Amino acid sequence: MKTIIDVKNLSIYYYTLAGIVRAVENVSFSIGEKEWVSFVGESGSGKSTVAYAILNLVPSPGKIVNGKVVFNGKNLLELDEEEMRQIRGKEISMVFQDPMTSLDPLRKVGDQIAEVLIEHGAEKEEAFERAKELLRMVNLPEDRINYYPHQLSGGQRQRVAIAMAMAFHPKLLIADEPTTALDVIVQDSIMDLIATLKSKGTSIFFVTHDISLAAERSDKIAVMYAGKLVEFGKVEQILDNPLHPYTKALLESVPDVWSERKVSAIPGYPPDLRNPPKGCRFHPRCTIFKIKKELHGICNELETELIEVEKDHFVACHLYRRR
Amino acid sequence: MARGVGSYIIIRGLMIIPTILILYTIVFIFLRILPGDPILAVVGTKNIPPEQLAHLRAMAGLDKPLYVQYFDYLFRMIRGDFGVTLAFPQGKPVWEYLKLRFPATLELTIFSFTVSVLLGLITGVIAAKNKGTKIDTSMRIYSIVAYTLFIPWFGMMLQYLFGVHFHLLPTSGRIDPGIDLQRITGLYVLDSILTGNWEAFTSAIRHLVLPSITLGMVLSGAYTRLVRNNMVDVLSQDFIRSYHARGVKHWKVTLYALKNAFIPVITLMGLQFAILLGGAVLTETTFSWPGMGTFIVDRIDYRDYNAIQGAVVFFAFFVGLISLVVDVIYALLDPRVKY
Repeated sequence: MKTIIDVKNLSIYYYTLAGIVRAVENVSFSIGEKEWVSFVGESGSGKSTVAYAILNLVPSPGKIVNGKVVFNGKNLLELDEEEMRQIRGKEISMVFQDPMTSLDPLRKVGDQIAEVLIEHGAEKEEAFERAKELLRMVNLPEDRINYYPHQLSGGQRQRVAIAMAMAFHPKLLIADEPTTALDVIVQDSIMDLIATLKSKGTSIFFVTHDISLAAERSDKIAVMYAGKLVEFGKVEQILDNPLHPYTKALLESVPDVWSERKVSAIPGYPPDLRNPPKGCRFHPRCTIFKIKKELHGICNELETELIEVEKDHFVACHLYRRR
Repeated sequence: MARGVGSYIIIRGLMIIPTILILYTIVFIFLRILPGDPILAVVGTKNIPPEQLAHLRAMAGLDKPLYVQYFDYLFRMIRGDFGVTLAFPQGKPVWEYLKLRFPATLELTIFSFTVSVLLGLITGVIAAKNKGTKIDTSMRIYSIVAYTLFIPWFGMMLQYLFGVHFHLLPTSGRIDPGIDLQRITGLYVLDSILTGNWEAFTSAIRHLVLPSITLGMVLSGAYTRLVRNNMVDVLSQDFIRSYHARGVKHWKVTLYALKNAFIPVITLMGLQFAILLGGAVLTETTFSWPGMGTFIVDRIDYRDYNAIQGAVVFFAFFVGLISLVVDVIYALLDPRVKY
């Protein structure tokens, strides 16, 4: 399969007054053509930060301290502002979490959609024609181009956001929890739209904290914990054969109405990333580490790295080290 | 929607009436509480026969009960008549003075207003763009210092520095005495442009510099704070980031951010215009500016009831009108405002 985007050894730190937050550390992965990869993890695990880094839009005081984002054979992090601007919204587009705040409240929806096209070289008239067409594609009436964002519901606004993201048949769509702020029914229709986009040839980088939502449509799932990628593999591999203790615990914490299984929470809290635990960042909460005394001196000392356990299935855990 | 704007303007316009009524009542009461009256101010001494004093008072209508005086003047004003001056000189229509003095204040107000908004916008945006740095802190200090500046002191400092020390700018009046300018609107800058009198134009502008900076800088402090906070708020919002993510050019995004940050500032503009009256009195006195402020202060010395009431009500009407315009602009600019 053709690789669309290849992220290598990405590290992103936030330089705050309270100290350096190591939000993303040494993350590597790649997304193939027409592939839907979902990034799951709890708040603060760094999944959104990785998403922003692809467009080189990490919010200040964050800085990409190391790594490469290779797209079309070019490292995006080395492009100048104008070259990067040409890619944003055209070849890689993004949908944000909260549709209530991701549109400019003072400008008509149509103007905002048409602007994406105009900024990338379209004529004004054809841009507005295309804006209408895009609205139809996301199942909104054409006349919505004359509406202001506050006149639309949350779901409708998210459709507008997706319409803008679809403007140029992007190679990659980054969706940062696009359904979190919406109710379940609307959620489903937004997921359908993203799936339509995928069927037309766009790869999807999908950020969510809802592992069951990720399981529904994705091809692959990437699990992040405390700024590190801990497990990465095909959906079946992750769901049927989770390897990392964190992934296992995460799956057990999902309620299942059809089974008698009790929902269990993961004890403890995610670490303070200004001063992350030595070795594996999950070891203070890891049940296996607590039981197996022979792991002491390994998990709490040595850095983990991704190991390919089976084809396409990677895990960063000392339990699977090749001895 | 058009019908909506029309009725909004009418309702909002009607709200000026109670404001003016309340203001007139307060001024009326305060003037009567003040010791002395216009007749005593004219006569200057109490050693005249009481019957003559009573006669003079009756001539000015001051012998009538207070409520009659109150309603007399109120109904006069409704007819557009501000009465006549009661002292030094007596019997001259107050309107004549207002016609002469108001354009001077308006001109000063417009220039001070521009200075304050520009200064406030620039300092506010600089502070927001450099949030959390020393530049931000110094802009905040500027806003507090500017806001607390005492106009006469600051005015005199500028007069000393630019007038006395460097001989750069005039320190009093509106225009050089020798210049002959045809009066059309009473706004000297506008009149000189209309008549093509460039000598008068430069002179009028030079006279405006110091008073406008004095008043403008004091009023800019509030804008600095508001613009900074709004801009910081807007810049951190998702839609700014999503503009960038869509590949919109950087300068355009800054422009959209500014437009969003500007909405609350417009409200402040309406309020600031009212403060300009108080500021104008101090500024005009400091710079011997022949406007409404100096007029009111002069007239208070003579307890000239009619002139003071007239001037205050006229100014209040104007301030009300401006804040109406500001509110309408606000409603037109922000699609979320319902009217």
